[in-house]
Amino acid sequence: MWPIIHKLGSPKWFYTMSGRWLPFLWGIGALLITVGSLWGLAFAPPDYQQGDSFRIIYVHVPAAIVAQSCFAMMALCSLIFLVWRIKLADMAAGAAAPLGAAMTFGALFSGAIWGVPTWGTWWVWDARLTSMLLLLFIYLGIMALRGAFASRDGGARAAAILTLVGVINLPIIKYSVVWWNTLHQGATFSITEKPAMPMSMWLPLLIMVLGFYLLFAAVTVARTRNEIIRRQPSARWVRALAKGGRHGL
Amino acid sequence: MQLDTLKLGCERDERWLFSDLDWQIRSGELWRIEGPNGSGKTTLLRILSGQMADYTGTLLWQGEPLARCREAFMASMLYIGHRPGIKKALTALENLDWYQAMSAFEKRRGVRRDACFQALAEVGLAGFEETPVENLSAGQQRRVALARLALGHQRLWILDEPFTAIDRAGVRQLEGWMMAHCRAGGSVVVTSHHDSGELLPSSGVLKNLRFDGQGGVHVDC
Amino acid sequence: MVRGACTLTAERADTDRVLDALPGLWQGFSATLIRDCRLRFRRRSELANPLIFFALVVTLFPLGLAPDSTLLSGIAPGLLWVAALLAVLLSLDGLFRDDFDDGTLEQLLLAPQPAGVLVLAKIVAHWLTTGLPLALASPLLGIMLSLPGHSMGILMSTLLLGSATLSLVGAIGAALTVGLRRGGVLLSLLILPLYTPVLIFGAGTVRLAVEGAPLAPWLALMGAMLALSLLAAPWAAAAALKLSLDG
Repeated sequence: MWPIIHKLGSPKWFYTMSGRWLPFLWGIGALLITVGSLWGLAFAPPDYQQGDSFRIIYVHVPAAIVAQSCFAMMALCSLIFLVWRIKLADMAAGAAAPLGAAMTFGALFSGAIWGVPTWGTWWVWDARLTSMLLLLFIYLGIMALRGAFASRDGGARAAAILTLVGVINLPIIKYSVVWWNTLHQGATFSITEKPAMPMSMWLPLLIMVLGFYLLFAAVTVARTRNEIIRRQPSARWVRALAKGGRHGL
Repeated sequence: MQLDTLKLGCERDERWLFSDLDWQIRSGELWRIEGPNGSGKTTLLRILSGQMADYTGTLLWQGEPLARCREAFMASMLYIGHRPGIKKALTALENLDWYQAMSAFEKRRGVRRDACFQALAEVGLAGFEETPVENLSAGQQRRVALARLALGHQRLWILDEPFTAIDRAGVRQLEGWMMAHCRAGGSVVVTSHHDSGELLPSSGVLKNLRFDGQGGVHVDC
Repeated sequence: MVRGACTLTAERADTDRVLDALPGLWQGFSATLIRDCRLRFRRRSELANPLIFFALVVTLFPLGLAPDSTLLSGIAPGLLWVAALLAVLLSLDGLFRDDFDDGTLEQLLLAPQPAGVLVLAKIVAHWLTTGLPLALASPLLGIMLSLPGHSMGILMSTLLLGSATLSLVGAIGAALTVGLRRGGVLLSLLILPLYTPVLIFGAGTVRLAVEGAPLAPWLALMGAMLALSLLAAPWAAAAALKLSLDG
């Protein structure tokens, strides 16, 4: 009985429930990002060392945080998928991967732009930037592996195993890169050792981080819903949905 | 010996190959699995041999769930699939010796080796023991794989199209082994494109499991 | 033959009682290890390929940069390590592919022994025929790159420790891509990011040895990475092999 419930019951339940949450996720996420950007860009005081250029932090840090959380979420989904064979978990992991890669790229890109006024160059082999670059490669590897399998189930399980291997490796990569960095470069400017921020600076940052999380959740949920429909186009409830629109449920 | 399936089903990429299959395999039974290509015969054999975990329902070996007695099941089951499982760069003897080491309870290497010699002689490969398999003909290569049957450790044989690339005499011989194995209390599950006339139905041990190609499976006794 | 099968089956009824005493773990491990080593030695030309590749890549660098011994000795630790890592990576694609094609991989996973142990035997055979020769040959190439003599021992021992980790982690990638027709490039994409810690610690330790700094903690860290991958990688690779055979 359980497998049937897992396989067929869950996606439908998720589809119905998420249909109710989704507008709130979109709405609150957009609101937080609007408030956060306005506050951060227009009202927060300029940094005493970097002037206005520090304001890119309001994109850079949220993107980086969400990029890393996304990997943790994918790892959790992969574990659920491999242990309990809940396909919905795999759909969510698959939906989140390109978003995580995009967030990682966003963090790297904004970091490079930020590098020009602060370091005088687009790229330095800073420990954080380097480990983000490796994270991007891991994301791309997972997406490529999933796509390489002819069978969707095979690709899903391969991607799940690689995600779990990656999540064990990420802390090791991170610390080895930090060690490598200190060995090679000595003390350079580091984003980690900023002076403590006043509240007028970090409060908008917090709002932006929350906004990024909500938008990430909204896009992931929406993509997962699409995937559910794509995988079960012939299920009875999906057909009813196609006929009757939202009222079908 | 008993292997049971309870409500066995398998779904591949949102398509059900079969579902709700209740089936009992007992000592002395020879099961032939029939059905059109792509109907799920090989998949069923792979599930039955414990290679695929992606199914619904339960598999019971000696009344116990398969997951709980994997080692005992693997030790008493022999599977030969489409791919022969023979290393071409090794000699026939070395190939068989590896299988012996994996499955035999015998600890002494010399005794294991003698059994390999005997098995190769039984499939008509006496004198070819030390020849690399790549220098043998296709039929002889297939016989190296079938020599594993003659090693005789396992009670349940699961054979996926074992008659490919063997000559008529070899087919007769293989059929003879399967019948003998069943008479001695073992069981055989086999898929084959061969006409039913080839497998001796007169003996009364032959049973059929038929895939109709539309997701249905029928047990004919 | 028919009579032979009958007597064998009759004996089998007795063996049912001793089913608890399964075919030995060590018996399966050593048989698989010996079989794989034997197979590799049957194809001797392929055995030398990683070594030749290693030497060739190292030769390319002085040609591409400059025949300047101070420059070369400065980059030698990293260069030797990157070349060795690529040599291991190239040899990985064949780790499971032949077995997959001829069906012995399927039979390996059907053995009563736990799949992780047998996969470990295959990985050990791979290391014995790639990582070990690479490590043993590395001082020769170190001399050609004017690496100081006192760091040769460390170069070899980091390569010994590190290449074992590379074989173990690489086996996961090889297992994931074994069912794909063009798995080679994808394999590099999957595995290279995971190789970075080994590269960083391996090359860094050799660099520290050149400078004469204390090394024990870094060697210990490399040992720790080897221990972790020894624990986890064979099981992950076995799981990946199972799904590759399914798909």
